[in-house]
This record gives sequence, structure tokens and C-alpha cells, in this order.
Amino acid sequence: MTNGPQAEQRLEQLREEAWKKGVVPGKGVDVAGGPIPRKPGYYGQPVVKPPVWTWEIPLYFFFGGMAGMSGVIASGAIIFHQVDLARAAMWVAAVGGAVLSPILLIMDLGRPHLFLNMLRVFKHRSAMSMGAWILSAFGACAVPGLIALELHAHQIFPGTLDQLLRVAAGIFIFGSAIFGTLLATYTGVLIGATAIPAWFLHRVLLPIHFGTAGLGSAAAVLELLGHRIAALNFIGFYAAGVETALLVWLSVDKHGAADRAIHDHGSGWLIRIGEVLNGPLALALRFFAFIPFAAISFLLGALVSRVGWIVVGKVSGADPESVFAAERY
Amino acid sequence: MIGEGLQSTNQRKHSYVRDHVEVGFFTDPTVCIGCKACEVACKEWNQVPDDGFTWSGNSYDNTGHLGASTWRHVMFLEQDRPKGNQVAGPMSLDQDPFRWVFLSDVCKHCEEAGCLEACPTGSIVRTEVGSVLVQNDVCNGCGYCVVSCPFGVIDRRPEPLHDAGGAFKCTFCYDRQKSGLVPACAKVCPTESIVFGRLDDLRARGAKRVEQLQQSGYKDAQLYDPTETSVRGIHAFFLILGEPEAYGLPPKPQIPTIYLKSAWISAFATAIASIIATLAGFAFFS
Repeated sequence: MTNGPQAEQRLEQLREEAWKKGVVPGKGVDVAGGPIPRKPGYYGQPVVKPPVWTWEIPLYFFFGGMAGMSGVIASGAIIFHQVDLARAAMWVAAVGGAVLSPILLIMDLGRPHLFLNMLRVFKHRSAMSMGAWILSAFGACAVPGLIALELHAHQIFPGTLDQLLRVAAGIFIFGSAIFGTLLATYTGVLIGATAIPAWFLHRVLLPIHFGTAGLGSAAAVLELLGHRIAALNFIGFYAAGVETALLVWLSVDKHGAADRAIHDHGSGWLIRIGEVLNGPLALALRFFAFIPFAAISFLLGALVSRVGWIVVGKVSGADPESVFAAERY
Repeated sequence: MIGEGLQSTNQRKHSYVRDHVEVGFFTDPTVCIGCKACEVACKEWNQVPDDGFTWSGNSYDNTGHLGASTWRHVMFLEQDRPKGNQVAGPMSLDQDPFRWVFLSDVCKHCEEAGCLEACPTGSIVRTEVGSVLVQNDVCNGCGYCVVSCPFGVIDRRPEPLHDAGGAFKCTFCYDRQKSGLVPACAKVCPTESIVFGRLDDLRARGAKRVEQLQQSGYKDAQLYDPTETSVRGIHAFFLILGEPEAYGLPPKPQIPTIYLKSAWISAFATAIASIIATLAGFAFFS
């Protein structure tokens, strides 16, 4: 390029364009930011790193929550002598919590063959470590619980052994309930206790949402499996009611630029669509006794909102202004 | 600081690891010349894979940001402010004030490290010299440290790079330090913009340097060492001109473990409420 007045003029033009738009599209020109950074922070570079997690994690949140809360429903069913419902719930708990969840988690690891290193240490200050132990404990309760329950229900063994199986099933199912509630709720702590602004600002809401969505999903899937009973309908009402309240909470509890990934950005729509599906829509459908539709709506909402929260984390983490705003908050 | 009677600590052998002495980096942009020798030395010594050969258009910075394969990152900051008492000379097109600041960014080796607390495998440890080290053979790549670092330093290395899948960041050249050597970046820094040494010495040196710069007209010179937040200070601290935000440094970084309490209370409350709702459902509707 020569230093003639024409070239200078073109350069000035480019600078002006870069100043206005931040980017100059054109042949052989790729100026993002221009000479003096006008993007927030350092050339708009993220201040914290957005999550590296992919589609496996929201699916795990979905199945883990459903499986965990199925343990609770199984316990309730056992206490109130509804053995068929308890068996179905334990199947959901064992398949979701001891098969699907570990597979999804291991798939998401950068080095899947080292998954057992998760159980090298016990760190109560790491939600990820607690989660690994909770999932292991849940699996160690749900699988034997299911086996004992099935053996007892089919009367495979006679006499004393059957009585022992009955007691064992009771203990393991009770264990599944305790670890199940933690399995469904810890995921909210997991993403709530991070450096991502849109997540940590909603760290109180997240466990409530994840746990309640898990409970509602468990009831919904059991209803779809044919257990159309009033107790599950009540749980469905409860979960959809809480999710409706959370939708209101989320639209009121705004933190400006700090959590704009939820309020101003497309990623927030995923959460809101999910919340509408498992909140007001599921509630209305249930109110008019369209139970299967309410169940499907709730399940869809629980899945979509989980995906939404991960996407929001990616958007929020990549936004330097959100981090600055959250810290000035 | 050359010619000021302060002894260089960058070229000496030491026994800090054996003696369990806390060490650190003090990085001073006012003497940095932007040569990127620290980036190169780091890559060579630690055999870090390349991070792409793309042009960013952001001044002379084509490195971008710290990450799994970038453990030193020289920032090139162009600001329309004067540098010290400098007056814009006849070479500039107009007489607007202008300055060019270079700062070599690195893992901060926090006093309270988010990545270390978050790691579920115990792969991330605190060394004898107070630095934070990822043990590559233990890390299973769960990615939780990535979202737990308040400075966005550590990252998971993507396929198909060498050693992909694990989390990587600056090791403070722990291997070199064990043999009494200075970290590669400090060793190679031609202007001693990166100073390696005892943490207490460096903090004194940093405070003195800020005072000196203030006197010579750099009114916005300050130390970046967030000791007032839950991070409780960083072992690799910086002198900066102007606001930390311009360097992509968080003004008030917090370790995410401070959020655990409220989140767990919410989780336990949800757990109990779910159990009660379930039992109530069975008790009243069956």
C-alpha cells in the first residue's frame, strides 16, 4: 500500500467505521475493536471462563433430578402400602440415577477413563465432589433397593429370607429418598457456587428450581407410566405451583447488567419457555384434568429450562460487563 | 528495577521449595516492552501446544487471553490518556494524549483459590512455595475449576491437542523451582518487568515502585492485589495504570465457595419441602 492521500483517506474511513461498529467487514480487512478498545474490559474478552459443559450436563440435571425424587415418591408409596407404584418409582430411580446419570456425567468428562478419580477425595467445599458422592450413594441405595423390592414383590424366596428382603428394601428405599433429594437439589448448588454472574446471583433460586422440577418430573413420568393416582396429581400441582412462583421470582429479581443473560438475551427465553411449560401451563392443564398433557408439559419444561440455565451460563460467562456489574453490585 | 540499587532476584539459584518460602511474581507494565519473550519461554519450557495463529486486530496482541494452552499473555492496551508526564510529540497526527501499556498476565495463584477448592479429584494442590498446581495425571477433565476461577485463567484443553481433556494453567514452573531455578518467564524477561522472588519482598518492592511512579507523574499507578476480597490476595500480583477493568481484571474477585452456604440452605429446604409435599400427597389423597 502506498502512502498517497487516497490510502490515508481509506485508512481514516476504516478507522471511523471501526470506531462506530467495532468491526470492519471488507475484503482483506478484519479489524475487530480498532486501535483503541471500545469494547468493555480488555477488547471485550471474557473475564471469567464460560462453562465447557455440553449437552450431557443439562440432560444429566434432568434425569438425575427425576431419578432422585423418584426415590422420595417410592418411599412415600412404601409407607402408604402402594407397592406397584413403589416398584415403578424404584425402576425410574435405578435406571435414571444408576445408569443414565453416570453415563452422561462420564461422557462429559475430558478424560472419561479417569472417572473413578472423582472418588479419590471427599471435599465438602466442592459441590462437584459432594455431587459425585451423592450420586454414588444414591446408586448404591437405588439398585439394591429395586432388587430387594422386586424379589419381595414376586415372593421369590420363602419365609424369613423374604422378611429380611422386605426390611432391606425398606432401608435402601429410605436411603434412596434421602440421597435422592440431595441428588435433585445439589445441581443447583453446583452451578450456583461458581464465578458465573447469572448463576451465582440466583444461587438461592436454582436449588429450589432444580429440586422441584425433579419432583414434578418424577410424578409426571410415573403418571405417564400409568399410575394415575391422586397423590401423584397432588405432587404435580405442588411442583407446577412452585415453578409458577419461581417464574414470577425470576422476572422480579433482576440485577441489571450482571444477569442480563437471563433478562435481555435470547438465552433467557429458553429458561422462560421452560418455566412457562412446567409452571403455569402444567398447572392449568392439571387444573382442567388433562393429566397426561400436564405431565408432558412439565417434563418438557424441566428439560428446556435446564438447557436454558447452561446456555445462560455460557452467555453470562462470556460477557465481561456482567462480571464487572456483579462485583460492583 | 535496573540501576536503582535493587538486586535482581531473577537470575539467582534458590532453595525456596526446600525451605517452604512463599514466592510470587510482581509484574510491572511500566518497564514491559511487549517483546512476548515470557510467552515464548513459557511455551518452550512447559511444551505447551500452540494456541492458533490468527490475527486479532487488537493492537499487537494476537494471543487473546489466558487458557489451557496460554499460560502467559502479554496485553497490549492502547489508551487515549497520557503516560506519566509525557506530552504528545510532533509524530502524532493530532495532539491527543495517547499511551501504550503492556502487561504480562498470568495465573494469579490466589491465597484462596477457587479452582483448588472446586476440584473434585484432588488434582489441584497447594505447593510448598504457596503456588497452585494442577497434577495433570490426576485431572479427569470435569471442567468445574473452569467456572470456579474468578479470573478466568484455567481452562480445559480441547481435542485434538496434546494431553487434551485435562485442565491446564500456569504451574509457576514448579519443576524448575524444585531444582532451584527461576520460572522461565521471569528468567527470560529482558527488562525485569516480571520479577520472581519472596512474596513479602515483592510486596514491599511493589509498594515502593508505586510510590516512585506516583512521584514521577503516573498518577493512576496502583497495585492490583485484591487482599480485601474473599480471594485474600494473589501471589502473582500486578502494578497497573488506571482501572483493573481495562486489563480484563475483575475489580472485586470473589472465591465462589462464599456462595455455598446460601445455596446449600436453599437445597436442604427444597429437599425437606419435597419430602413433606410427597408425604402429604399420599396421606391426604390415597
